[in-house]
Amino acid sequence: MKRRNICLLIFILTLFGFALWSIVPLEGKKLGQELTLGLDLKGGSYLVYQVDLSELNPDDKPVEIMEGIKKAIERRIDVLGLTQPIVAVQHQDDQYGIVIQLPGASESQVEETKEKMVALLEFREQGEEGSWVPAKGTIDGKELTLTSRYFKERIEVIPDEFSLPLVVFEWDETGQELSQQITSRLIGKPLAIYLGDEPLRGEDGYPIAPTVRGTIRDRGQIEGLNWIDAQELRNLFNAGRIPVPLGRWTEENGSRVFQPNVPLYERTVDATLGRDSIEKSLLAIKIGVALLLLFMLLYYRLPGLIACFSLGIYGVMLLAIFKLLPLTLTLPGVAGFILSLGMAVDANILIFERTKEEIRAGRTLGAAIEAGFNRAWTAIRDSNITTFIACIILIWFGRTLGAFMVEGFAITLFIGVALSMFTAIIVTRTFLRLVVGSRLVTNPAAYGVKT
Amino acid sequence: MIDFVGKKRWFFLISAIVIILGIVSLAIFGLRPGVDFSGGTAMTLQFNSPVEQSQLRQELADLGHDEATAQKAGDSSFIIRLREIPRGEADELVEKLGGRLGRQVEITDYYLASPTVGVETTRNAGIAVIIAAVAMLFYIVWAFRRMPSPFRWGTCAIIALIHDVLIVIGIFSILGQMADVEVSAMFITGLLAVVGYSINNTVVVFDRIRENMSKGISPDFAVTVNLSLIETLGRSLNASLTTLCVILALFLFGGATIHHFILVLLIGLLAGTYSSLFIAGPLLVVWEKKEWGELMPFVKRTA
Repeated sequence: MKRRNICLLIFILTLFGFALWSIVPLEGKKLGQELTLGLDLKGGSYLVYQVDLSELNPDDKPVEIMEGIKKAIERRIDVLGLTQPIVAVQHQDDQYGIVIQLPGASESQVEETKEKMVALLEFREQGEEGSWVPAKGTIDGKELTLTSRYFKERIEVIPDEFSLPLVVFEWDETGQELSQQITSRLIGKPLAIYLGDEPLRGEDGYPIAPTVRGTIRDRGQIEGLNWIDAQELRNLFNAGRIPVPLGRWTEENGSRVFQPNVPLYERTVDATLGRDSIEKSLLAIKIGVALLLLFMLLYYRLPGLIACFSLGIYGVMLLAIFKLLPLTLTLPGVAGFILSLGMAVDANILIFERTKEEIRAGRTLGAAIEAGFNRAWTAIRDSNITTFIACIILIWFGRTLGAFMVEGFAITLFIGVALSMFTAIIVTRTFLRLVVGSRLVTNPAAYGVKT
Repeated sequence: MIDFVGKKRWFFLISAIVIILGIVSLAIFGLRPGVDFSGGTAMTLQFNSPVEQSQLRQELADLGHDEATAQKAGDSSFIIRLREIPRGEADELVEKLGGRLGRQVEITDYYLASPTVGVETTRNAGIAVIIAAVAMLFYIVWAFRRMPSPFRWGTCAIIALIHDVLIVIGIFSILGQMADVEVSAMFITGLLAVVGYSINNTVVVFDRIRENMSKGISPDFAVTVNLSLIETLGRSLNASLTTLCVILALFLFGGATIHHFILVLLIGLLAGTYSSLFIAGPLLVVWEKKEWGELMPFVKRTA
């Protein structure tokens, strides 16, 4: 028994040490600075757009088109160099939407992104000085650049005889004319694909720039890609083929009207406000936790002190989980943390109240503690499982809606409650057993029982 | 020993009064919709020195926004709400506003929402809560399967949950009239948190009743429930008190952004503690003894 406790103690301390090591930065930074903060805490923008898919052909798959738009926007945002921007496709009934999160983005960056959210791809050739210039052709005396707009139909990926992917495309009339002029003068030379000012890159980070093998008039294919790149290219081509405006649907005089460029939802938080929120919440949490610990100490005495230690371990481990996974901490996440802290304390209280009852009933300290834990276990288990059920449904709810606030809250609460069970059942119990087993403190008054 | 179960009429009456007041307020005034629900633009403006609220409103009206409302959010910051204007237009408006007031001003939080967003969010939240409630009902029925009629236990826990949700919504409707408290998507998140908390608390109390039932403490179900309530009273109060410490601290010092969200948690926590002790358990007794007349506080007890 005693040996097992010491083993457990070593296990807990190792885990604690590891958690502490992972959250305390070595280079003199402030504690917790490396946590990923949500845009409500560090500033940034959250945008939701709907799309107008009315120009789609019947054989187009909306899911693929949306993937293409998503990729196109992701590539645009990559240039901003933000930590963990998120672009997600929303789908509800027949309506598709795009959720864009730009944590840490400044207002000008947000405005810039909003203007450049077109999925149009441009073909470029190498100019005289090695720079890439738009590949142009002349039709009826007008210079036109070859773009994804001139694809005729849905672009497909098919396997060749070696099961390698081929991206097969077909040009419309203008595209045929341009393609013939451009490919005939570029035989043996590469043709790159640009989105805005950035070339499309494959998984390996190199630009996708297929070499022209012959003159292409109506149909062509791109080979030499891997399957992932090929499918991504297909989605991007398809999304760039048809104009898919971002905006929102509104009701006007009983009919649905599409307003381009107006987001369905936008929230842009200034970095100073975010910092203010962090500072205030941190202060509040410090005060609250100090009161809580004081209460535990005064009311439950020795077990209260042990609970304070195990809550400390709980806090450090939760931070470590946030950092290692990594999870984004948002304001609702902070609230989830507090609620889970409440439940962690609750688990300890349940156990101590039970232990007190058992001591009053005349059991020895050791027996009372064991009985207290066993009795409290069913209550802790059943009550926390119901909370888990609520959390899982909330996470699902937040995911399908792109409501990152709800998701952040539910994930924090879930992890917090799971961890609180661990700290109450394993950590507190081990500490208590060791203290009782060492016979250092035997006076029941130290356990909060009046004698 | 205090007879909680015997006083159940009073507990039901107190809850009924709060809930009915809330429902009346809901029926007459409804909830005050925030930008999430009504659509529009909300902005937090940070001035470099304090500004009078009335002056700010006047200037906004002069600039063609007589629909605008301004709410103080800090020493020299305001949350203003107006009809939907895109970011560019908002920047222009705020610049003019700063010029007129002779102060430097910055938009620290810009928020635009279409009215449809809130409606969909609410619908989906409703669906989520119903699914969650059914899932939790099933779990409770399973966890209490050795008890006579486990379905009752689940139902009573869910009733306690609905009780808490109704109280929070009702109080927010009243606060909406009295203190301009608005309902946002965060309100819904808070409500969902209350759902999780409420059930958690009720299950702890039920667990004690379950244990005392299997010990065979008393043939009278009311006595068993009452004893269980008394035994869990200390734990329930202490657990609520400790959580309250933190929530209260956040409410007082946590900043304007999460004020209303924390308020939902605060009311939910109080309602949840109350209902887990004084509604869920006594309701089980009423159901067991078929004393439905007990639910009506002014009906004379027969026999």
